[in-house]
Amino acid sequence: MKIHLKVWRQKNRHTKGKMHDYTLTEVDEEMSFLEMLDMLNLQLAKKGERPVEFDHDCREGICGQCGVMINGIAHGPLKNTTTCQLHMRSFKDGDTIYVEPFQAKAFPVIRDLKVNRTSLDEIIAAGGYVSVNTGQAPEANTILVSHEEAENAFDAAACIGCGACVATCKNASAALFTGAKIAQLARLPQGKKESNKRTINMVNRMEDLDFGHCTNTEACQVECPQDISVLTIAEMNYEYNKAKLKD
Amino acid sequence: MALTGLFLSFFLIIHLIGNLQLLLPEEQAHLQYNLYSDFLSTNFLVQLIAYVLYATILLHTIDAIYLTIKAKKASGAGYVKDKRNRASKWYARQMMLLGSIVFAFLVIHFKDFWYPYKFGELPMDANGNKDLFSLVITSFQELWYVILYAVAILSLGFHLLHGFFSAFRSVGVHHPKYNQLIKSIGVVFAISLTFGYLIIPFFIYFNF
Ligand code: HEM
Ligand code: SF4
Ligand code: FES
Repeated sequence: MKIHLKVWRQKNRHTKGKMHDYTLTEVDEEMSFLEMLDMLNLQLAKKGERPVEFDHDCREGICGQCGVMINGIAHGPLKNTTTCQLHMRSFKDGDTIYVEPFQAKAFPVIRDLKVNRTSLDEIIAAGGYVSVNTGQAPEANTILVSHEEAENAFDAAACIGCGACVATCKNASAALFTGAKIAQLARLPQGKKESNKRTINMVNRMEDLDFGHCTNTEACQVECPQDISVLTIAEMNYEYNKAKLKD
Repeated sequence: MALTGLFLSFFLIIHLIGNLQLLLPEEQAHLQYNLYSDFLSTNFLVQLIAYVLYATILLHTIDAIYLTIKAKKASGAGYVKDKRNRASKWYARQMMLLGSIVFAFLVIHFKDFWYPYKFGELPMDANGNKDLFSLVITSFQELWYVILYAVAILSLGFHLLHGFFSAFRSVGVHHPKYNQLIKSIGVVFAISLTFGYLIIPFFIYFNF
């Protein structure tokens, strides 16, 4: 199939970028979106032009590296799907596809479609450590975790840190990401000891970075590849308010 | 934001109940409404709460402006193609616009009723209370004024449609079951307040 691409090209964070037009003629509908970009890059390389840079790693929807804006939607038209898991069968022959980097002040463009999401790591780093027993393998039943608790914690832990929530949010808020990271630990007995300090530090770090404030528009969950629940944001607020009251 | 918003919402209920007295038979409404207004403006406790209310409106507005500026700064340059709107409701994205309409309305509302009542010269009714009733009735004889009210109240309604459940989330209510309940209560709350407040100007316009 024939695909017209409009791709954001930007040399580095200090230069202005703009859209460039490309046309690919032999796109297979079984290709993933990234394979289609690989095809474009092969053609550019053959012509001696600079390939389009984009982030990716696992290409199986688990690492969270590959997010781009596709036709104005984070990770493209399919709900709860990463860019690498989007396939060209979701498009039609002759379609024009806009490809742009995630945008937020906290995500400066490195080049083309690649952005720097270190600020998300900074939020996690602000959380500090979690006390656990080391040394010999502990007896499996010392800390009891019910099946439901484990599942709930895992629902939050499924966040792959892609940043689609920030890119989608009109406030460029990182509340869903931070909420998921706080909830995954708050739902388990481990790490309770540092819980208050961790929550306050992570939320404060998020507020200090260049993110906006959450106003509960709920757009993030719709575009989140892992369908992380917006209720993790409310849980973060609960944990934060609780910690502040004790502080 | 959440606490100020909820306090304002609570006030809206009391304010509506008070004003629904305007719908009583005219004879009764006239004197009762003026007596009620007199009570509000002379009772010490009510006066105290009124000052808290003014402060709340200001705090809520300042917070709103702060959040809006923060969001503007945090957003990038914007996308060439932007379809992000598919993921959220228009009134959830336009809280600042809806709030600004409500604020502009509040200025007019204070100027037309609050200021003349507190500081202006109003004629007295048969019981010797300031005749706010007649002022309200004459004001709503104008169609444009009724329409102005309708626009402001609808804006407030949509503001609450998002704001009510949003406030509970901000406070930290995160149980799925209670959230569903609060969302439903929020819809009923927003719709009832909108209708309650809308009835009054239209009732007066068509009945007097
Ligand atoms: C009687 C008047 C008002 C009521 C009852 C009201 C109610 C609320 C409530 C309940 C919220 C949700 C708070 C939260 O999510 O934590 C809210 C949010 C908000 N309000 Fe108001 N408000 C009123 C007037 C205003 C005014 C005058 C403005 C602006 C000039 C405004 C702007 C906003 C903004 C920008 C938000 C943030 C959106 C959000 O957090 O969901 N509001 N309001
Ligand atoms: S919450 Fe969802 S959208 Fe946000 S970073 Fe995690 S996986 Fe990506
Ligand atoms: S490349 Fe790892 S999630 Fe897409």
